[in-house]
Amino acid sequence: MIQQEAQYRAWMLAALAGDAAAYRMLLQGLTRHLRGYYAKRLGAAAAEDVVQETLIAIHAKRATYDPTRPFTAWVYGIARYKLMDEYRRGHRKATVPLEEAGELFGADEAEAAGTRRDVEKLLAKLPQAKRDLVRAIKLDGQSIADEAARTGMSETSVKVTVHRALKSLGEELGGSNADR
Amino acid sequence: MTALQSSDSSSETSANALDLMVDRLVADLRPVESPPVARRLALGLGVGIVISLAFVGILLGYRPDMASATMTMIFWVKLAYVSGIGAVALWAVERLVRPGVPTGNLLLWLLLPAAMMGGLAVMELIHGPANLREHLIMGFSAAAAPWRILAAALPPLVGLAWAVRGLAPTRLVFAGTMVGLAAGGFGAASYAMHCQESAAPFLLIWYGLGVLACGFVGAMLGPRVLRW
Repeated sequence: MIQQEAQYRAWMLAALAGDAAAYRMLLQGLTRHLRGYYAKRLGAAAAEDVVQETLIAIHAKRATYDPTRPFTAWVYGIARYKLMDEYRRGHRKATVPLEEAGELFGADEAEAAGTRRDVEKLLAKLPQAKRDLVRAIKLDGQSIADEAARTGMSETSVKVTVHRALKSLGEELGGSNADR
Repeated sequence: MTALQSSDSSSETSANALDLMVDRLVADLRPVESPPVARRLALGLGVGIVISLAFVGILLGYRPDMASATMTMIFWVKLAYVSGIGAVALWAVERLVRPGVPTGNLLLWLLLPAAMMGGLAVMELIHGPANLREHLIMGFSAAAAPWRILAAALPPLVGLAWAVRGLAPTRLVFAGTMVGLAAGGFGAASYAMHCQESAAPFLLIWYGLGVLACGFVGAMLGPRVLRW
């Protein structure tokens, strides 16, 4: 996200100065993000038209980008506005929660950021000590021996703690699914 | 299977449409001159204020005691009150027309002109003779002032709306309200070139009401007029 901000901002600044190659990279990259963002909310077919409209808006309103501010926030502001406009026209529910720009840039084809966020949400349900262990071993790839040394626990109790934590998260997921 | 194929081919054609769109937009790229936002707002508001001043002069006439009035404190306090409100609202507009720029606590600055005029009004009411209190509040033109301010604010309202429409407001009711307040503030300053009222309670209430009415009009019109 931070790398994307730097990359897109650099393309945008070059484009504002008249660099067509940078502008092409910018628009092609944004097309990918926007397609994912709208497809998730409007369906793939409707998304294409809105992507097109949003690209035109980005082009027409590019002078309103203030180079001292984040580019991703600017693009997200436009994308969200066009989404609300689409809802209004379709007489659908016309409120879109004020999310962060991450909503747009998390919508890339891979959805990697979205997955990561879901995992973090789930992890937040664990107590601090267990959460740190699960994150270190299962997400960051630390060894059980290292974590045992760091926390002063035995290797066996690290293993048991992680196992129990994952089991309780599994039950959490199973439970919420059964509710539906 | 056929459904899969058809969805494949349709996403292919639309991908081509988007590629064509990117080509067209790239071909249309021109360097952007800086700073277009401030210039456009200044142009819209400036032309509006000039027209408003002209109308006030022609239809109502400037106050005949202008020269001596400018020597009094209340003349400038009156101007500071309404143009202060207008300036804070304009500041908010300048942010609202750029997507992704937060307005933060900027509107708290509106308390400053309101508190200044409010404090002065309370002092005049407390220290003034009791039999003059009604006059301090109603003046000579209480019934007319808010309406005339609304009328004097129309040219700046149109000018600012034109400017904002060409930029990119994403919160239309909020932007409309601020456009209305800004136009109301500067419109009231224009009307003050005619109006000879000089009691703080009158100015607080009736000028304030006129400016608020402009904000309300802006909020109503925003979603329709400022849409892009």
